[in-house]
This record gives sequence, structure tokens and C-alpha cells, in this order.
Amino acid sequence: MNKIWLVTQREYLTRVTNKTFILTTLLAPLGILVFMAAVVLVMSTGSDKAKIINVYDPSGLLQNEFKSRDNLTFKFSNESMDAQKVLYKEKKINGILELPPLTDSLAKSYVYKYHSDDQLAMDENFAIESAIGKKIRDFKLKKLNIDAKTLENLDTDVQAEPVTILEDKKISSITTIVSSALGGIVGYAMFFIILFYGMQVMRSVMEEKINRIIEVLISSLKPFELMMGKVLGVGLVGLTQIGIWLILMPIIYFIGAALFGINTEAMPNPVNDMNPEVALTFQSKASQIFLELRSMNWWFILPLTLFYFLAGYFAYSALFAAIGSAVGEDINDANSLTFPIMMPLIFSIYIGFSAVNAPDSSLAVWSSMIPLLSSIVMPVRLPFDPPWWQIGISVVSLIIFTIFLVWLAARIYRVGILMYGKKATFKELSKWIFYKD
Amino acid sequence: MNNEKPMNVLSLQNVVKTYANHRAVNDVSFDVKKGTIFGLLGPNGAGKTSLIRIITTITAADSGQVYLNGQPLNRLHPNDIGYMPEERGLYKKMKVGEQLLYLAQLKGLSSKDAKVKLRHWLEKFEILNWWDKKISDLSKGMSQKVQFIATVVHDPSLIILDEPFSGLDPINANLIKDEIFQLKEKGASILFSTHRMEQVEEICEDIVLINHGKILLYGGVANIKNEFKEHKFSVKYEGSLPESLNFGGYEIVSNHANELIFKGQSGQTSIQLLKNLLDSNVNIMSFNEILPSLNEIFIKKVETSNE
Repeated sequence: MNKIWLVTQREYLTRVTNKTFILTTLLAPLGILVFMAAVVLVMSTGSDKAKIINVYDPSGLLQNEFKSRDNLTFKFSNESMDAQKVLYKEKKINGILELPPLTDSLAKSYVYKYHSDDQLAMDENFAIESAIGKKIRDFKLKKLNIDAKTLENLDTDVQAEPVTILEDKKISSITTIVSSALGGIVGYAMFFIILFYGMQVMRSVMEEKINRIIEVLISSLKPFELMMGKVLGVGLVGLTQIGIWLILMPIIYFIGAALFGINTEAMPNPVNDMNPEVALTFQSKASQIFLELRSMNWWFILPLTLFYFLAGYFAYSALFAAIGSAVGEDINDANSLTFPIMMPLIFSIYIGFSAVNAPDSSLAVWSSMIPLLSSIVMPVRLPFDPPWWQIGISVVSLIIFTIFLVWLAARIYRVGILMYGKKATFKELSKWIFYKD
Repeated sequence: MNNEKPMNVLSLQNVVKTYANHRAVNDVSFDVKKGTIFGLLGPNGAGKTSLIRIITTITAADSGQVYLNGQPLNRLHPNDIGYMPEERGLYKKMKVGEQLLYLAQLKGLSSKDAKVKLRHWLEKFEILNWWDKKISDLSKGMSQKVQFIATVVHDPSLIILDEPFSGLDPINANLIKDEIFQLKEKGASILFSTHRMEQVEEICEDIVLINHGKILLYGGVANIKNEFKEHKFSVKYEGSLPESLNFGGYEIVSNHANELIFKGQSGQTSIQLLKNLLDSNVNIMSFNEILPSLNEIFIKKVETSNE
């Protein structure tokens, strides 16, 4: 045990004091924020050329009201179209918006003309269309003698309110959405974390075999102790890195918000673009999501998620260690051997996605109880409150199977680390399991 | 077990190890006396590494017994053995000090003890200033010194050195050789595995020669050389030998550059030969018995066992 701890310490300390580790750990959250800011910037950038557009509206459809926006300046002009085209030729304006009179007050469609050799950007087109549409609506309401208030009362916001029958728990229409999002995020994160740190264990094993220190090491301690120390050490590095990110992300976010003015108002906020009532329901939904998140049984979800992460990490990284012991200098061998290990991992992330949509489907239920798959599928299902017996079976089977896999991996590992020059195949690996000490 | 056991640091009895389809170690028994340097010899693939791995508890024997200081090998024994494999290996990116500290702790030393002992060894080799250097910044000879320290820092009672001089320049080789003798003086026993017979003759007291997993020769170096001697003598002289000289039943093997080599029969003494030579009025510079080199014995034995 003492020797396992020594290996764990070494693996941990050499990794966390490594410059690359420190840089990636500190810079990754910053990088993600910069990336997000860049995406926001790109998305919010429309056409950036200032345009002056003359509006020819002889029938007064817009009643001389047309708000200029960002780079678009609208000017009402009653000069003849020909006269305005001269202005265009002289490059004094960028285009002419010609609005024919609305003849039929109940017309289902309305066509306006835009005279220019350059096309309008999509968002510009959209803005103009919606502005004209609104005016026509007002115009029609007036013609039909309908009060705007009366009209609004015709719209009804329809929502479902889920009510449990046998179980005593409060759920709302948001529950499913929040659970799905949460499950999806957790599943995806587990996949990457297990894969990333499992690979690190493999590389660490390969390093010791290639630089030949392995023979010195295993004349001092048992291969199993070495392997476990490694798995534990890299696992702790993973927890450290994730912990630092969880703390740093909000801090960097707030610092960034304070320094560079990346605040929620500057970002394109969906609320701003909605009409007040919709915005109101949106805001109430947001607060509902918060309530929902708070009402989740975190004392149940968090420890179990941590358990599934640890068990999954142990099982997979032990397998990665076994593969690492079997391959020598040739990284290509590693690729062909890791593929079968990646299969259940990739498979389970897809099942996880489908479980987000249908957490009680038989596929989701069964795979959340099958070891190797369960370490990703069950955490996805946890926010949906799966029955206790399923969690019980899943936990017990995962523990038993993980112990078995670690044992199996250790059998392969102890032989593999001393094998040189033999091309490792699965047939060969399975023979190693039965080798005597 | 008999009462002599504690005399031996290491004792192998009928050790057998079989891999998938070949017998790497076949009924091997030998003892390494306390405080001696013991040579484990054999051509490539003879089973030396398999034997060493059994002794270092890396693998276990299929049958037979291995005793360290009179006790059957157990889990604590690795802490009492120092092993330097032929294929040297250290963490390239780790610093010398951290690395040695880690390896010493794996051998059961406390961090505090390890630091004291490492300081002593690094000072001895005048490399204390390497503590913060990375292995990748050291030359091959330099990292060999670090490897040697890692092997002996925990004061093991049995030190196993596999080709300890390979890749070392003569100065460093001498340095390590001196250290080996000093360790022996302090009571450590050394199991020395090599192909280089001249080193074995110089260093080892006892040897075991194995081939195809079996023992071909086992015993003291002097005894073995005696056993294989061909009753040859060499005489160096000045002047010219009279043609009528009586060689007393000895056959002349060669007479070249004022060196005569004679060969006699087993049981024949050299007294008469020497008398005749002295009477012949030539100036005798030296008279030596020619003993076979271990190298010759090694090649002879291995070739006959391969036939």
C-alpha cells in the first residue's frame, strides 16, 4: 500500500508541476471564454457597410415612420423613381425601397421592390420585412375596426403541467428540459474525461517500458502496485484539473466581464429581440430553470455521478494500462489495440444521447445496468430519477466488473511490461492472462 | 536446510522455470557466499536474465527454492536486493535527486534516510551538484553513475549487476570497480553477470556458467582454472638454447621470440625441466605455469554443450 502511494505521489507531482499542465489548466478556461466571445462577436456581426436607402412610399403606407438601424439609414423621398435613380447613379444613395399602395385590405401577401445592384444582407432584409409587416398589420386592424387589445386576447399560451400519481414529487414542464441538458452535459464530460486521462495512463505505462526503467521498478514493487499507483495518480491529476476549472471558470468569467465589458447585455440577448410578453415568459422560464436546478436532488446525483466517474475511470484506465504494457515503441500498435476499448466508450455516449430523449427506454435502462456502458449512461439518467433497484444493480455490477477488469488488466500488464520485440495481438494478450507468475 | 545456510547470502536449489514452450532455467542450484563477488556467466539466451528475474522476485520459479540469507524469498526481500539491469533505464525528464529519492523510497527507505544516504553517495562520486539536473541532460556515463547509486543506496545485502561496465569509459569503469570492491569489504555480496571474462577473472571469487538453462560449471575461479589446466609452462630466456637440451619428457609447443612453451602430462612435475634449463647456461628471465583463461574455458564448455 505504501509503495502504491509512492507511485501515486510521483505520478501526481511530476504531472501537476509540469509546465504544460499548469499552462493548459490555467489557460483552458480563458481559451474557452475567448472562443465563446469570438463566437458571439462573429454571430452578432451583420453587414458593416453604412447604407443610405431612400424610401419611396407614395401611398403613405409607413406613415413616414421607419426606424433606421445600425448601418441602415432610411430617408423618405417623394421624388419620382427616375429622379431617385439619378441619385443612385451619383452614388448618393445605396438603393431605393419602393412600396406600392396596399389595394386590398385583406391581401394575404404584399410585394415591395428594392432597387439596387447590390443585394441586401439577410438580416437587413429581415428587418425591413418585419417593419413593413407590422405597419400593414396596424393598417389592417384599423380598416377592420379591431382593437389591438382584443386581438391579443385571442392568443393563448398553452403549457403542460406534469403531475405524478404514485410518487410524491414536484415536477414541471421544465423538469424534462433541465434534466436532459444536465444529463447530456454530464455524459459528454464523462466521455472526454475518461478517454483523456485513460490515454494518459497508457502513455505513462509506455514511457516506462520504452525507457526501460520498468525492470528496476518491478524489482522493487509488484506490477499491480505500480499499475494501481499510476491509475490513482493520473486520476487525482484529473480531479485536480477539473476542480481548478470549476473554480476558475466563474472567476475568469466575472473578471472578464468587469474588464472587457463582456456582459450579458452586450451579448445578443434573445430577450431583447422578443416582444415584452414573450420576454416575460422567457424570464420566468429562466427563473424556473434555476428553481428546477435547485430542487434537483444533488445529494443523490453528485455522489453517484462521482462514483460512476471513478468506477468508469478505473475500469477504462486499467484497460489502457494493459494496452500500454503490450505495445513497445510503435504507437501504431497502440492505435489498433485501443480501438476495441474505445468501442464501448463511443457506444455508450450514443446510448447516452438517446437516453437524454428517452431515459426510460429499454435500451437506456438496460445499458445503464451493464458495466462499462453504465458508467456513462447511468449518470445521464440520474437527473430523471431512475428507480432505486436499477441504480442498485448498476452500482453493484459496475463495482464487481471494475474489480474484475483491474485484475484482468494487471495480469496482462505484468507480462506485457517485460515483453519486447513481440508484436502484441489480442490473441497474445489473452494468453498472457493465464501465464504463471 | 542445513546449518551452513546463513553462510550464504543466496542459495538456489533445483530451480526450474519454463516459458510457453521452452525451459529457460533447468534444475539450477548454486550458493553465493556472504561477502563475495560471484560471477553468473553464460552466452546470450542462456537463461541468466530468467534466473535474475527469479532472484529479484520479478517472476517466480515453477519449482525449486530460492533462499535469501537463509529465508525462502518473500515480499520483503526486494528491499534487501539491489538490481542494475543490463538495459539501463531512468526517467529522462525527472531530476536526478527526485528520481533517486523515489527509487530509494521504493526500496523501503524513509525520505529522510534516503536523503542522507543519497547525499553521501553523490558526494562520493562528486556529483552532488547534479541534484537538480534532468537525466536527459546527462551523458551516458553520467547517468550510469546515477543508476549505480540507485542500485546500492539502500545498502542491500545482495547486489545484482548485469554487465555493469558496458558503455563506461575506462576511468568510470575503474571507479565502479573500486566501488564494487568497497561494497564487498563492507559485507555486501555481489552477483555479477557478464560476458567479459577478463573482468570475471579479475573480480570474481566464484562463478557459475550456464547454457540452455543448465549449469555447465560451478565453483571457485582458481579451482576451475586448475581443473582445466593443460600442464603448460612458459619460459622466457636470453641467449641461445643448446640444441642437445633434454626437456625431461616435455613436449615443445612453440619457441618464438625467446619464449619457450612446454606441455607435459598430468602428474608430471616441472622440477627436472627447470634443472635442465638452469644447467644449459642460458639466462632465464621467467618461468610460469600457463593456466587457461576463463574465456577459453567458457568457449570450450559452451561449444561442447551446444554439440
